[in-house]
Amino acid sequence: MKQKFNIITGTCVPLPLENVDTDQIIPARFLKATTREGFGENLFRDWRYNADGTPNKNFVLNNPAYSGEILVAGKNFGSGSSREHAAWAIADYGFRVVVSSFFADIHKNNELNNFVLPVVVSESFLKELFDTIAANPKSEVEVNLPAQTITNKTTGRSETFEINAYKKHCLMNGLDDIDYLLSQKSAIETWEKKNK
Amino acid sequence: MKTLFDKIWDAHIVQQIEEGPTQLYIDRLYCHEVTSPQAFDGLRARGLKCFRPERIYCMPDHNTPTHDQDKPIEDPVSRAQVDALARNAQEFGLNHFGMMSPKNGIIHVVGPERGLTLPGMTIVCGDSHTSTHGAMGAVAFGIGTSEVEMVMASQCILQSRPKTMRITVDGKLGKGVTAKDIALYMMWKISTSGATGYFIEYAGEAIRSLTMDGRLTLCNLSIEMGARGGMIAPDETTFAYIKGREYAPKGEAWDKALAYWKTLKSDDDAVFDKEVRFDAADIQPMITYGTNPGMGMAVTDRIPTTDGMSETEKSSFEKSLAYMGFRAGEPLLGKPVDYVFLGACTNGRIEDFRAFTALVKGHRKAAGITAWLVPGSWAVNAQIREEGLDKVLREAGFEIRQPGCSACLAMNDDKIPAGKYAVSTSNRNFEGRQGPGARTLLASPLTAAAAAVTGVITDPRELL
Repeated sequence: MKQKFNIITGTCVPLPLENVDTDQIIPARFLKATTREGFGENLFRDWRYNADGTPNKNFVLNNPAYSGEILVAGKNFGSGSSREHAAWAIADYGFRVVVSSFFADIHKNNELNNFVLPVVVSESFLKELFDTIAANPKSEVEVNLPAQTITNKTTGRSETFEINAYKKHCLMNGLDDIDYLLSQKSAIETWEKKNK
Repeated sequence: MKTLFDKIWDAHIVQQIEEGPTQLYIDRLYCHEVTSPQAFDGLRARGLKCFRPERIYCMPDHNTPTHDQDKPIEDPVSRAQVDALARNAQEFGLNHFGMMSPKNGIIHVVGPERGLTLPGMTIVCGDSHTSTHGAMGAVAFGIGTSEVEMVMASQCILQSRPKTMRITVDGKLGKGVTAKDIALYMMWKISTSGATGYFIEYAGEAIRSLTMDGRLTLCNLSIEMGARGGMIAPDETTFAYIKGREYAPKGEAWDKALAYWKTLKSDDDAVFDKEVRFDAADIQPMITYGTNPGMGMAVTDRIPTTDGMSETEKSSFEKSLAYMGFRAGEPLLGKPVDYVFLGACTNGRIEDFRAFTALVKGHRKAAGITAWLVPGSWAVNAQIREEGLDKVLREAGFEIRQPGCSACLAMNDDKIPAGKYAVSTSNRNFEGRQGPGARTLLASPLTAAAAAVTGVITDPRELL
């Protein structure tokens, strides 16, 4: 999962719904696994499959017109449960970027910790992007992490997005927080001594 | 001129990463069976031990059945996850309150009731409802599994400093209005994302007047407004609650701790990034009608219409009502209910059982209602029996199950069937949360009790 991240250009999978909670991304009954692998097959399980287990033809992941490494969703994506399984499912399915106008905090961190980049755009950028994809599912978007820009290649509209310098460095170099913290043992012990 | 949050956060900063997050020291890590196995695997893969095992407390709660806990769990996958936690706790030398231990229960019920959660602490758990512990005057928040692994490895977490928000509720609560109703009211008013990026401090007369159990319910639901956490400054109510609990400081250590805890309040001139004020008199018994906890209303109200909504809002709203089988503009009073669930880290404490029992006393469970009453811990269960609530409940046709998260997220057998309506004291009404196709209406223990004895959605004030 520690994939180095740079520039990703490609088509998008649109999910124009608001408040997509982590129970929808991966329902609780699929959280019983004790490994990180295989969650992609149950990503959006109850929207993606009918009660009898057959694919729901109306759901975007079952529509062959749409594909790509970029998921585009309505505002307040990833609200609710802290389950990192949601980020594992997104990554395991093959998404590397999620674009929305607003992310829930815990889920945003979980994506970053799994080398999936959450990109926050303005409402109007998001609306235009949904319109662009609806008009042509093959429309491309460029996500440039070094420059911190996202560009709708069809309309040419571009926005910058926020990410702190530390996390950007981690993503671009395939490093995680534990690597960093393990290098800080003496600072931790010094703090503990002072705060006994 | 510091807020309560600033005081605790600042006291735990190990260092600040330049143009990056804060490295924060964590006093307590709580672990349950669902969000920890991959963290333990991560430690093994890196050849690491837990850095401060004595600060970590583990207990299974999500998968535990609510009957026959003395027998092996029937579902092999659930059993494997519960067993893995026991094995991991032993391998890494961690505190573990296993199933059937008198200390077992829902982690967010057990922490405060054992005196493990104390004012001034930083507390994390791979569970969004970790915000519960903020009621004790702690900085407590939910994290992902990678972050659990981080804390196991270093007792620290890297976290961006949240903004601060104070929500003040002035005045006195009306009859039949509980902490749950305050929370549902706030979610309705500020939405499920209204506090995203913020850490909330709850203040004001209506908050101060809440008991510890009520405060735990309110802080528990902070995450449902998107907040990183919610907290309440510790006061005499808090100190009286903690004193004498198993893991609470004793003797001289108590005096020293108490002196420190008394400093834990926002300074008079502290500035919050955002201030919100509500009047307790405006809050009625609440219920939700949709598929996120912000889709709530007074139980006597009508479901809103789509007037004035944007296209995306409208499609999300209509999808939600279609799932629930409701129509825009209609009232909920008198609608038939199939299931009632009392329990969860939100409303599984002794006072919730007292409230439910007081309302059903002298009534009978309505025909056609299936009621699941699930204490939040074995300690709550013991208290229910000590107070004789079980007898009153039995006479009214209710039975008490064994402790665990149960139907709140239906990882065990307690699943609401597809299409059925449940008035539930839990925290989330998301699609499929209580079982595939289940329709959840969130409410207080009083409103749940009123539905349980009438069989329909009822204003609990009519029965008080």
